[in-house]
Order: sequence, then C-alpha cells, then structure tokens
Amino acid sequence: MPEAASIYKVDKVLLVAIRDNITDTDIINLQEDLSERIVSEKARGVVIDIAALEIVDTFVGRILAQLSAISRLLAAETYIVGMRPAVAMTLVELGMDLPGSKTALSLSHALRALKAKGLA
Amino acid sequence: MSGPPAEPAARVELRQERDVAAARLAVSRVMDAMGARALRKTRFVTAVSEIARNALDHGGGGVIEVWRLDRPARIMIRCRDEGPGIADIDQAMTDGFSTARSMGKGLGGARRLVEAFRIDSRPGVGTTVEMEARP
Repeated sequence: MPEAASIYKVDKVLLVAIRDNITDTDIINLQEDLSERIVSEKARGVVIDIAALEIVDTFVGRILAQLSAISRLLAAETYIVGMRPAVAMTLVELGMDLPGSKTALSLSHALRALKAKGLA
Repeated sequence: MSGPPAEPAARVELRQERDVAAARLAVSRVMDAMGARALRKTRFVTAVSEIARNALDHGGGGVIEVWRLDRPARIMIRCRDEGPGIADIDQAMTDGFSTARSMGKGLGGARRLVEAFRIDSRPGVGTTVEMEARP
C-alpha cells in the first residue's frame, strides 16, 4: 500500500491516514496491515484520519465502516476524524451516516477521548 | 439525449481504479474554475465518483466528459460505457439494490446529489449517464 494509506503509531494509538486515490487493492492490504498491527502492538485505540479526502463516496464510506468494524472486533476503540462539513452533509444524503463508527473533530479530540478512557 | 454544443472542458478515460480519482479531479478543477461553492462541488464530485465507478465495475470501463454550460452557469458530465447495460433501471436506482460489492446506494445516491440526472441503458449496447448542477 505505497501511497493510498499509511499507519502511524501516536502514543499507544494507531493512526490511519487515508488518501484520496485509495483503491480496492489498497483496502485489502490496509485491512490486513491494520488488523495485524492492532494485535502486534496491543493497540486499544485507532484513529482514521480522512482530512485528505475531498469527498467520501459510497465506496470509501463502506471502507470506513469496515475498518471501524474490524478494529472494534479486535477490541480497539476507533474514531474517524477530519471529516469536512460538506462531506458530512453529502454522506447523510447518500444514506451513509456510518452508524457503527465513532467520530471526532480532530486527531487531538480523538486522542483526548481515548486518554480519558485510559486507552491512549 | 441531445448533446451539448461545445467541446468538453475535460475528458477522462475510465480504464482502471485510479481513473475514478482522475475523473473526480478533472470535475473538481472545472468547478473550481467556475467559482463553485464548497458544498455544491462536494455533492457533484461525489455523484461523479459513483457514476465513474459504476461504469468501471459494471460497464467494463468507459469515458467521462465534462462541459461548462452558460446561461445559467452549470456543469454537466456525460459518462458512457459499452458494458452489458442495466436490465431494470428503476430497480438499479433503488437504494439497497446491488449486483456487485457495493452497498447499492451509488446510482440512487448520485441522482439525489445532482439537479438533473438522465440515464439511458440498453442491454448489450451500454449505459450513458448525464448529470448537471449549478456550480
């Protein structure tokens, strides 16, 4: 997954930065890398940063829902951060309000929430 | 469908997944040049992304053309593929209907995000989608 997404460790949290040109192939690699790293690094928190995304269509919406679900099953609390206001409005109109995903306005908000729960 | 008069402002071939991002970027640039508002641009570019991915996944690839129209100012795209076509358009436009790996919200979602939406699909010939919106 050379360009479409990267995983960084910030405190005890895994930060996933998703870029604009992510493809199906990238997603599979990303899901595999993320789930392995949650387990190997015993991460209790995951933050998915979508600030680089100008739009979120149903394809990327589905990816976000799947990444959140995988992390949750591996006992890592997951936040999606950096959503633009226009993206939020468009997602609601698409009928994709990501019911299974927690959101925070920014990385620092998400880290604060995770720290408050002793997960970061 | 009657064609727009002028040469397209942009044209993107949809052959692989990366081309969907290229189509989004092309439309985004044209809308920027038109001074589009952020929400209108996000809505239209999202609809373009759905339509382009549909042409790639179901139509085996295609081409997307972008026009700037005047009086009143609006953006228009036409996306054509020569795939198998859609047997039942009404069904395909319904949320929850999916023949592939999507969530089945793409086509109906795209229609809700634009001001004018036309689809013409013939089994064995292909599918053409036209969409229009103010910038």
